[in-house]
Amino acid sequence: MNTTFALAGVVIKELYRRKDFYVLFVLSALLTLVSGAASFFHDRNIIGYIKDICLLLIWISALIIAVVTTARQIPAEREARTIFPLLAKPVSRWQLIVGKFLGCWLATGLALLVFYVFFAVLVGTRDGHWPLGIYLEAAWMQWLMLAIVIAMVLLGSIHFAAPSSTTTICVSVVVGILILGGHLRQLALLQPEPVQTLLSAVYFLMPHLEWYDLRDFVVYESGIVGGGPLLLASLYAAVWVAIFLILAWLGFRRKSLNT
Amino acid sequence: MRNTVKVALQGLDLEVFAGEVFGFLGPNGAGKTTTMNVLLGFVPPTSGKASLFEIDVRQPIARQRIGYLPELTYYYKFLTAEELLRFYARIFGLSRGEADRRIAELLKLVELEHAAKRPIKGYSKGMQQRCGLAQALINNPDLLILDEPTSGLDPLGRMKVREIIQRLKNEGKTVFFSSHEMGEVETICDRVAIVHQGELKAVGKVADISAGHENLEKAFLKIVGFETTPQP
Repeated sequence: MNTTFALAGVVIKELYRRKDFYVLFVLSALLTLVSGAASFFHDRNIIGYIKDICLLLIWISALIIAVVTTARQIPAEREARTIFPLLAKPVSRWQLIVGKFLGCWLATGLALLVFYVFFAVLVGTRDGHWPLGIYLEAAWMQWLMLAIVIAMVLLGSIHFAAPSSTTTICVSVVVGILILGGHLRQLALLQPEPVQTLLSAVYFLMPHLEWYDLRDFVVYESGIVGGGPLLLASLYAAVWVAIFLILAWLGFRRKSLNT
Repeated sequence: MRNTVKVALQGLDLEVFAGEVFGFLGPNGAGKTTTMNVLLGFVPPTSGKASLFEIDVRQPIARQRIGYLPELTYYYKFLTAEELLRFYARIFGLSRGEADRRIAELLKLVELEHAAKRPIKGYSKGMQQRCGLAQALINNPDLLILDEPTSGLDPLGRMKVREIIQRLKNEGKTVFFSSHEMGEVETICDRVAIVHQGELKAVGKVADISAGHENLEKAFLKIVGFETTPQP
């Protein structure tokens, strides 16, 4: 575990020494503050609108941070050749994969924490409401969703040499799932065979990232989700993370690395 | 177009004894780097096996007692030398106190104390190579594998690296290193092996291999099939 945490520590250091996170945070904060100017009229609907925009920006920013940070990890190690002194130490390729996953996930979690604190302060000071329970649940669910995304991107980065290819493909898949995931089953039922079976198979075989989206709960303050569903969602995410990480390891373990 | 398969190494059987400095020589493309890649587990051998301290190199634990310095320096440039050494110390499971002591010792050894808290990206090539030597020594290894450790360094940098290897030899460490610098090999090494076109051509003490030749370089050139014309 020490090796895994050491590897994760380097990923986190890299994130806060680069400018990606700061740029996205400042951009999200500026956009939200500009939209927040509308709340001078103390209209509850406008506050809901601000919450919606702010949460959408948090989702986009966190997704970009997670995908971009993860996609470059293994290719950058190979390109900068830092992988050689690293693997010349008692580090297995499985530990490298898990360390990178953990680092990216923790780093994204830190970014998410900053975003949600900003969101809570912004909304709380304007609205006077502090529903911290639902904020925590929304942040936890989003972090779980990002765990699945990070593991998926790591798998992609083993197979696609260029981080830009991995980023483009993974962002398209994630956005596709988030937008269509919930409607795919109904869409399948309207189709003739064999398209119906094919779409149904895709529905049952894909990771349902859209289940982790609690933005409507936050915007409409519809109460907390509760421990049971959160636990199930955590287990579901853990299974998908394990599947992607094992597939990534299987692809990486026999790869020749020539200095 | 036909696919051609090039055999990088064939029938290579080498033993390096504890406490010796072993030079691994050969022209470019001879198979030196491939040998190191196999030894470090970067490339699996198509047949045969490689062991370090009698442990199969495919097991990460085989690398617990070794230190490796690549030909060119490849380190996380956003880290400082101290942070880099602390990262590797953690990988070897060194306690905090032990890591502090070892890092201070190594930074002194490679004369980087003054730059310990500066990011590596600002280091000169010589400083980066010395930082590389420090990371290779963090676990106080019994075996050091150095891939052309003085390549690309200026004369002062080369001398410093040579001095460090000499000190390690005096401390009884085993050093396995590849080099193109015959003078350097002649000075430091106890034994050498010469590979050419993936095959082991000679192995033995420096004095035995150089016997009957003007120096090791002339012996090397003869062994790899390049005859020098005598100067008038």
